Amino acid sequence: MITLESVRKAYGSRVVFEGITLTLAPGRITALVGPNGSGKTTLIKLILGLARPDAGRLLFDGIPFDAEGRYRARIGYAPQSPRLPEHLRVGELFAMLCALRPDASVDETLLDEFSLRAEWETPVGTLSGGWRQKLANACAFLFAPDVLILDEPTAGLDPIAAGLLKSHLRQARSAGRTILISSHILSELEELADDVAFLCEGHLRFAGPVAALLAETGTRRLEPAVAALLRGLRIETGGAPRAGLRA
Amino acid sequence: MSTRRNTVALVLRAGVRDLTRSRWLVIYTVGFWAVTEALFLFGGTGEQVVLSLLNVMLLLVPLVALVFGTAHVHASREFTELLLAQPLSRRAIFLGLYLGMALPLTAAFVVGIGVPLLLHGTTGAAPRLALVFLAGTGALLTLTFAAIAMFIALGGNDRLRAMARALAIWFAFTVAYDGAVLAAVSLFGDWPLERPMLALMLGNPVDLARLLVLTSLDASALLGYTGALFRRIFGTALGPAIAIVALSLWTLAPVLLARRRFLRRDF
Repeated sequence: MITLESVRKAYGSRVVFEGITLTLAPGRITALVGPNGSGKTTLIKLILGLARPDAGRLLFDGIPFDAEGRYRARIGYAPQSPRLPEHLRVGELFAMLCALRPDASVDETLLDEFSLRAEWETPVGTLSGGWRQKLANACAFLFAPDVLILDEPTAGLDPIAAGLLKSHLRQARSAGRTILISSHILSELEELADDVAFLCEGHLRFAGPVAALLAETGTRRLEPAVAALLRGLRIETGGAPRAGLRA
Repeated sequence: MSTRRNTVALVLRAGVRDLTRSRWLVIYTVGFWAVTEALFLFGGTGEQVVLSLLNVMLLLVPLVALVFGTAHVHASREFTELLLAQPLSRRAIFLGLYLGMALPLTAAFVVGIGVPLLLHGTTGAAPRLALVFLAGTGALLTLTFAAIAMFIALGGNDRLRAMARALAIWFAFTVAYDGAVLAAVSLFGDWPLERPMLALMLGNPVDLARLLVLTSLDASALLGYTGALFRRIFGTALGPAIAIVALSLWTLAPVLLARRRFLRRDF
């Protein structure tokens, strides 16, 4: 379980967000949503230790994140269509990742199901966006982590690959893993997500079960629910948090 | 968890594999090879070839290391993030990324000038020491400016701004610095300038590299004002030794600064 307590992050004078308190529970898929620039990627980077919070605490199973980043052995991360060393071959990249973590158990299921072995000798730079996304997703699942953090994981994927990924995410949830997905494709999140964390204008405007959000907004689908949240913010408070919807 | 040495070696190997397949590195190697061959073709002796190569090296090596290095660090940002998301030491990742970029560039330069020089058998015509100093100072300049490139590129996310800074630093060290020194000499000619000039000499790795190679060739006439001063004060034995130490420090300092920035920054 990952917990954020009153987390604040700013770059210079620009406050990305503050007062973020959020729990990512095991056996549940949390959808991280919000408009562009709302701080979704920054939140992910804080959890990964790529950036440091200005205030607040981050805990892994109740223990504060260690400075050495040992907790990252239990996290799998898939960035969105990453640009990786373009002349490195797919096989060399996976071999390097496995060699970097010699003690970790390796789960190559997604490598096989995404047919990445057929591209083993292909330079990463010649892969299409969809193949790069498959590669990123396979990297996230490679060490069978307890926590999966995926940034736009279905971007550019064909329907078959997207279906395979969703199936794996459901299996991971059943196995009790903690999953955080950041995406703009709300219809896909709706299929998978148990919980929603909605970031907007530097604050966490909603955090809770999808069903609670739908009930709160009087809608049946995630997309109009998020739209209602956004409209509500603009009309009712001009950007200030709605008390009933705060986490 | 991977040991630090293992992490450095694996990240370094990935960098070397990536860059040695890059056409830009091949062009860089072939370019130096072609220039060396052309200098022989136009009737140069071993010593003349080394002198001409020195001038090419002093301009080109910092430029390529700065521009290529800055572009490479920005292009590797997502790879860096993928590595940082693993349970690995930031120090080890930094060293692996730095060496993975700087060593292929260094090897490209050394192969580009070294192989044709060896093929032409010039070691008899040109002093062996000059060849060693040419290759060695070129290697140190590559390591220095690759580290400066890394320091610049880690300073922000704006690639164009970083590239502009890299070019400004290249211009400052290779062109403007000597101009500033000359201006200082002409402006303050009535003052005792020996100590400030020596400090200025140590403040530019490009000048130190030039001094080292010219000293090994015994081409005193080409040393320039600061070079001649350096030689007169420290002599032919101590001078090069001081220059080698200073150039080595020039290599180490930007590496430490870039590492500090890498360890502290948010990605």
